[in-house]
Amino acid sequence: MQATTYMKRRRDGRISLNSGNQVQHVMQMTILILTILTIVAFLFFDYTGLNFKKALVETAHNLQAMFLEPALSHFSWSEAFYQVGITLGLAFLATILGAIISFFLALAAAANLSKEWLSKTVRIVLAFVRAVPTVLWVLIFAIAAGLGSEAAVLGMLLHSIAYLVKAFSEAFEEVDKGIIEALRATGASWWHIVVHAILPSTFTYLTSWTFLRFEINFGVAVAMGAAAGAGGIGFELFMASGFYFDLREVGMITYMILLIAIILEVMSTFLKNHYFPETVKN
Amino acid sequence: MNENLVRIKRKNQTVIFIVVLTVFTYLSSVITDFNILHGIATLPEAIVWIFSNLVITEESLERLPTIVEKLIETILMSIAATTTATIFSLILGVMGSKTIGTSKALGVFARFVASLSRNIPVVAWALILLLSFGQNSLTGYLALFVGSVGFLTRSFIEVIDEASQSAVVALRATGATYVQIIGKAVIPECLPQMISWVLFMIETNIRNATLVGILTGTGIGYSFDLYYKTMNYPGVALVTISIVLAVILIELLSNHVRKVIL
Amino acid sequence: MPLLTVEQLGKSYNTHTKVLRNVNFEVEAGEFVSIIGPSGAGKSTLLRCINRMVDIDEGAVIFNGADVGMLNKKELRTLRTDIGMVFQHYNLVPRLSVIENVLHGRFGYKTTLQGIMGRFTEAEKERAFYLLEKLGIAEHAYKRCNQLSGGQQQRVGIARALIQEPKIVLCDEPIASLDPKASTIIMDHLKSITVELGITCIVNLHQVEVARDYSDRIIGLREGQVVFDEMSYRLTEQRTDILYGTKSKPVTQVRELLTV
Repeated sequence: MQATTYMKRRRDGRISLNSGNQVQHVMQMTILILTILTIVAFLFFDYTGLNFKKALVETAHNLQAMFLEPALSHFSWSEAFYQVGITLGLAFLATILGAIISFFLALAAAANLSKEWLSKTVRIVLAFVRAVPTVLWVLIFAIAAGLGSEAAVLGMLLHSIAYLVKAFSEAFEEVDKGIIEALRATGASWWHIVVHAILPSTFTYLTSWTFLRFEINFGVAVAMGAAAGAGGIGFELFMASGFYFDLREVGMITYMILLIAIILEVMSTFLKNHYFPETVKN
Repeated sequence: MNENLVRIKRKNQTVIFIVVLTVFTYLSSVITDFNILHGIATLPEAIVWIFSNLVITEESLERLPTIVEKLIETILMSIAATTTATIFSLILGVMGSKTIGTSKALGVFARFVASLSRNIPVVAWALILLLSFGQNSLTGYLALFVGSVGFLTRSFIEVIDEASQSAVVALRATGATYVQIIGKAVIPECLPQMISWVLFMIETNIRNATLVGILTGTGIGYSFDLYYKTMNYPGVALVTISIVLAVILIELLSNHVRKVIL
Repeated sequence: MPLLTVEQLGKSYNTHTKVLRNVNFEVEAGEFVSIIGPSGAGKSTLLRCINRMVDIDEGAVIFNGADVGMLNKKELRTLRTDIGMVFQHYNLVPRLSVIENVLHGRFGYKTTLQGIMGRFTEAEKERAFYLLEKLGIAEHAYKRCNQLSGGQQQRVGIARALIQEPKIVLCDEPIASLDPKASTIIMDHLKSITVELGITCIVNLHQVEVARDYSDRIIGLREGQVVFDEMSYRLTEQRTDILYGTKSKPVTQVRELLTV
């Protein structure tokens, strides 16, 4: 067997299999850095007052009580449904208002419909909006204007907008250039193009994305109830676990949340499979 | 004629769609006691309040070292939760995949575990774990970990099922073992997509960590809660800004990685 | 004793239709055999029964003295190291480099751990480069496979099969996705495998001319049955008959075979 001129050898004379391309290199570095940071994380964790074994056994017991003997004790079934309704209501309001606002902002953000500076400005502002966790928005609005459910909706609204504008504007950008050009050639105004070309050809996408966001917002609304006092089933969960220490009630509430979340997931999976030809990632 | 009928039908559908949405919006407003006019009316006031109160003062800057320390703790917690979840999700993902999974029962099991851990909100996990693990980093870590396993498993299953399976057939024909095929054909092919999802999960977890921190009294969420409750608004502003900077920095970094590998 | 014996082989994927019916033939070591027939005739299934990528329903496949259908999992692995396979769509890992893909052919000889760690001996790597050089693609050794043309990818596929040091190479429509020029290169390489290395080749083809030009023997398959099994030149004679419109009985069979 002869050695070929294309063979790369390592310093020790062994034949190298490393193709040395940048992709491989970046992936290896990413994995390496994440591994190191993980080890550092475990070394620097604050383990005060933790007895791992005891905690694990206790958690197992707690989970057993929660999931095998769920019960409501501090409020009635009708009250529970009412609270779930509040959570769904908060999620719905944030989603529907978000969708309407996002539609207009997405028009401004879509590269094929808007001016470059406008599109960039919208994107940068939204990147900032997204960087602030929802719970901080809600808490800030709660003190800023002393609002109740308005603060929760407003806080959730901001993240919904950031999410939907990205999805919507990408959908707009995929509209066939030819359609827009043809309409423009007939002398149609910008709004004509939006109403008669852009909206009809992206409508199913927009509604599907909006529903996907509703699914996310349900989870967010539960979280806001628990962490920001926004009411609803999330708040009851917080009370049951942090105030009454009633595990069986926590279990029952978790089951209710789980049930709704799974129903929403099934529905959005259906939408995804039917209306998104290629896989669309958030 | 026919065209007219279609048009009328479509018009009716649009009307029904709008009516249904309006009814839902109305019901939601009633049940949540939400008043949109009130909301809009107070918005300017709120913005004025934010700009006049949420300002970083020199005094608050003295707290910066503590805040940075908490921030690093939070970021590390998010990364650790994500990376350890990745290992579990990889196994569950292979088990749950329709194309390379070995048995139906294991596949159903993997998808069930993923669905359960994903659909129980992170707050619920945080509150449940808080009861026995108490107020320390590990509680937050575990809450994020459980949620990440659910999300990553679903993403990995999708990535694996979408990747071309032709090389799997070829390797089977050479006499390679199942584990060799997974390790040398399936994973290398899916790795860029998987890394992209892991980076996305880290970004999400840093935001969620704030939430979990408020509930479990750890990390940057705890700092925020502390300043918020003591009405130390410059402190609130500083914490918020540092979170924003951290999130944007990590987003930029991972977008850079994505650009190269995808 | 022939290298490969197929005896009364039958295969069906569902209860109504049989993909293969009572297939019998033998292949001697060092032969170059083409299997031709319309799509859906069962060519791919037949090939995959030989290395049991699909299970055998009826009859038997005897390869190198072993009853393929009776092997356990471990024995099957060993069997597969003796049988190389080349695919229509190359079936490479697109993101990995050429050299990595070629070395995948060695997994059958390694323990799971050795394979995962990517432990290959210097001799194996030398051999991989030697094969790539022989196939004229050594210069691309460190490139990712998805950067190569179809013909080049197929050569990687051949190298992966050859590094197994197989006794036989099964080629499933190796040139169906290639342009004429690349097809010629691939067929030349396959032919030289048999001529120079003495490795038996079974090639599924749908181009009759190619089959006639390259193979020693042609097996015609139609609706899961062998309808023709003779030396290549015999097909030439009969094919002439078709071209001139003579209608004898065996010819119509061949013609139907060709029209699809």
